[in-house]
Amino acid sequence: MSNLIKFDIENKKASVVENEWQCVELPPSEVAERVQAGKVVLFKLTGENTVTEAQIANTVIPATGKVIVPLSVYAAKKDALAERMDASALGIWLDTHETLESLIAQFDDINRLPIIAIHVARFADGRIFSLGTLLRTRYGYKNELRAFGDVLRDQLFFLKRSGFTSFLIRADRSADEALASLNDFSAPYQGAVDEPKPVFQRYNRA
Amino acid sequence: MYKYDAIDQKIVDERVTQYRDQTRRYLAGELSEDEFRPLRLQNGLYIQRHAPMLRIAVPYGMLSSKQLRKLGDIAKKYDKDYGHFSTRQNLQLNWPKLEDTPDILAELATVEMHAIQTSGNCIRNITTDQFAGIAPDEIIDPRAMAEIMRQWSTFHPEFALLPRKFKIAVSGTKDDRAVVQAHDIGMEFYKDAAGKLAIKVWVGGGLGRTPILGSVIREHLEWQHALTYCEAIIRVYNLHGRRDNIYKARIKILVKALGIEEFKRQVEAEWAHLKDAPNTITEAELARVSTYFGVFDYAKLPAYDASFDATVASNPAFAAWVKRCTHAHKIPGYRAVTLSLKPHGKAPGDATSAQMHTVADLAEAYSFGELRVSHEQNLILADVKLSDLFAVWEKARANGLATPNIGLLTDIICCPGGDFCSLANAKSIPIAEAIQMQFDNLDYLHDIGDIELNISGCMNACGHHHVGHIGILGVDKDGSEWYQVSIGGKQGNDASIGAVIGPSFSAEEMPQVVQKLIDVYVKERTPEERFIDTVRRLGIAPFKAHVYARDPAKESATA
Repeated sequence: MSNLIKFDIENKKASVVENEWQCVELPPSEVAERVQAGKVVLFKLTGENTVTEAQIANTVIPATGKVIVPLSVYAAKKDALAERMDASALGIWLDTHETLESLIAQFDDINRLPIIAIHVARFADGRIFSLGTLLRTRYGYKNELRAFGDVLRDQLFFLKRSGFTSFLIRADRSADEALASLNDFSAPYQGAVDEPKPVFQRYNRA
Repeated sequence: MYKYDAIDQKIVDERVTQYRDQTRRYLAGELSEDEFRPLRLQNGLYIQRHAPMLRIAVPYGMLSSKQLRKLGDIAKKYDKDYGHFSTRQNLQLNWPKLEDTPDILAELATVEMHAIQTSGNCIRNITTDQFAGIAPDEIIDPRAMAEIMRQWSTFHPEFALLPRKFKIAVSGTKDDRAVVQAHDIGMEFYKDAAGKLAIKVWVGGGLGRTPILGSVIREHLEWQHALTYCEAIIRVYNLHGRRDNIYKARIKILVKALGIEEFKRQVEAEWAHLKDAPNTITEAELARVSTYFGVFDYAKLPAYDASFDATVASNPAFAAWVKRCTHAHKIPGYRAVTLSLKPHGKAPGDATSAQMHTVADLAEAYSFGELRVSHEQNLILADVKLSDLFAVWEKARANGLATPNIGLLTDIICCPGGDFCSLANAKSIPIAEAIQMQFDNLDYLHDIGDIELNISGCMNACGHHHVGHIGILGVDKDGSEWYQVSIGGKQGNDASIGAVIGPSFSAEEMPQVVQKLIDVYVKERTPEERFIDTVRRLGIAPFKAHVYARDPAKESATA
């Protein structure tokens, strides 16, 4: 049973479909975590570790099939992946603490990518909503935008409104049940990616 | 006040359905504790020391008689017959059952109320001046903009899961009663040189563990851009605010880390893209929402009322209440009335179901059926005729709502504290009660005059202790409760953060500590000085010296 929900923008219909993309993961970091006073020391302002060169070098990419690779791996192995990119068999995923600028910088036309996926490590990490919004409204990305990781039904309405079109529900939950949450609210107040007009531009409320 | 149309009603009804299903899934074991937490919090439901706590939204503090009556009914049916009005102008129920909360929300929806975003890491209830629309010094009634911002922030998809809670306050007066500088975003509305409505925007203020007053990010913003400018600020925060340490996750930490100039540069760069986007407010929308506010059919009255003046002259108790508990109104012949929820020896901000019904009746009879909740945790009847004040006073007094202590030492701002809240390090309500009993003499209280005493049970600062003229903070030392005292804090335009006077005290010492602070003030004050003025003139040294002076009698006893 697939755990992928896809939202068809034209028909405004969502359904559970087979996942044709394989996600390439980074191997675990071998850099020992620096621990201070019992807490992991993190170096970025937002608190995440960066990907190491060893992780990139050790990433295993399947030789065939449609794959979504990490942004850091793509940036390092761009030439080797060019053919698959040309064949529209390559997508990119990034973590919520990575910048969109570093993704955009890799391409003359972001729409060469058939899919961009954003990994959300924790349900409570709402950066994913701003990233989706920016990809759609600032950078003009038009193809599939996928959320994966700690994705549960109660994020779906917000993800859809932020421009996401596919949702890989966490493996231990049912995508069929999650479908219903895409329609939790029928007439939202504010404009967002899926409906740019706020309520006062859509209806005469006087 | 604002009335729901079919669109507003549908949103709160759909929320009830959504939350009912979330609760069902949690109770059925389909959602883990950790997964249910952010969902219930966005609906105002905390799991507390004794029971869940449900925080019900009172948008910018406005209530109708019908709504307050319903709140009283809910407190009776689902709780212990009382509720607690908080410093965010909301109502908290301390003893509801988790499985009842969907039904409570369904009942609230019948009177155009909800608990949306009263907690959690999202945009919280937008607050404003409790005298909005009636204050003589008001430049603009900010409530229409507050309502437009309430709608915009409700389920805003991009800002549903921020690094930390996010509080916005709006004000339409020079004399800032909404404490805009102590909010994540503060907006002061004013008329610019061309006579147009404009906004001065503050960012990065907040109390809590690291108290900081906000910085001005924009001196002049045209009102149409209020929503898109907030979106630019919150987007920069959402992407770059810290998420690894909840004590460093508020926007104030990001603003401080980047510096206001760099933060402003990033916001302005973001706003360059968002300016004039569809969320720009239209003239028509502002006009539509504005029709709901300040449209009462006021009587044409003289500025004075002879029978009222005569009663004031002949009845000292009534006169004391008029002096402390009624406030100037922009319409001649009207006053605003504060109904005190701070009777001596009771938990500040608590109201029984019967009191809620009484206030609802008073509002209906004398104040166009509307009332407000103040961030000082009192209830306000905003539009009372001078000739009705005596009748209001008599009914309020008979129901324990007329303690003439507004703005005085016993009008304490106080969080629920360790008796109820699982975050608290120490109890706060018993300290407030003990101080109220220490100063249970109205003549003495009036002699001490204007003073604000704020108590928080932990550094989350729900009781706003940093901006109290006297601030008391509960701290935990080796598992026991201690109280740290600061003086010199102040809210308003000349806001300041109080300075700690020294080592902390035990609960039993607190009434005497406050007494000693007051003694220094009474001894040192000039005739026109309030407590805060004396502290600002002298600094904390003389207060500290007296509070920590060794007591020879005690020393010889223990020697």
